[in-house]
Amino acid sequence: MNGDKVLDAKGLSCPMPVVRAKKAMDELKSGQVLELHTTDSGATNDIPAWAKTAGHLVKEQSEENGVYKFWIQKG
Amino acid sequence: MENNKSTLVVFSGDLDKAIASFIIATGSAAMGNQVTMFFTFWGLNILRKEQYVPLQKSFMDKMFAKMLPRGPEKLGISKMNFGGLGAKMMKYTMKKKNITTLKELIEMAKELDIKMVACTMSMDVLGIKKEELIDGLEYAGVASYLAEANEANINLFI
Repeated sequence: MNGDKVLDAKGLSCPMPVVRAKKAMDELKSGQVLELHTTDSGATNDIPAWAKTAGHLVKEQSEENGVYKFWIQKG
Repeated sequence: MENNKSTLVVFSGDLDKAIASFIIATGSAAMGNQVTMFFTFWGLNILRKEQYVPLQKSFMDKMFAKMLPRGPEKLGISKMNFGGLGAKMMKYTMKKKNITTLKELIEMAKELDIKMVACTMSMDVLGIKKEELIDGLEYAGVASYLAEANEANINLFI
């Protein structure tokens, strides 16, 4: 899956992944997809929780070698 | 998406509690909420400028100004502070583990348009003047806090 924008939040700790994701989302239009990469192990719960509250949709997520990737569609 | 509100009363001037407050505040703002932080009593120390501001003050106010920490770099931690050594160790280990610092969190809070309010009554008690606090603050009292809290669905006291 390809995102309209890729956000590299690797190495950042809570709350920075969601803060950066929010800022990146502000620059997208509704329906566009943000691809987020993070190494924060809380992200598997955190990013979906953030997306739900902020009104976005997690289309897909994966984990490989400690890097968590999310494809989030702007609501 | 309706616009929800969160408020935090930051009473504590401990480094660990200040970090927790700003993490929750910036996180909430990232989730699309309107966030207001009220700083009262020891919490005001978080907002003090690091440099000394020369002002006309009473003897007691001068004593307070000397004894209370000036800004985020000078705060102690609520447990195991050991006269400041604990806070130094905590900052060292947090830096090594790439945890966002309190200073960065405060900057982030400003960028996210979090409203930061200083309690004027506490400022009077501690002899803290507006000139000694960082820019971009609002000044208010309990009624403003309660008015905001009434409209918010997350209200924390830290």
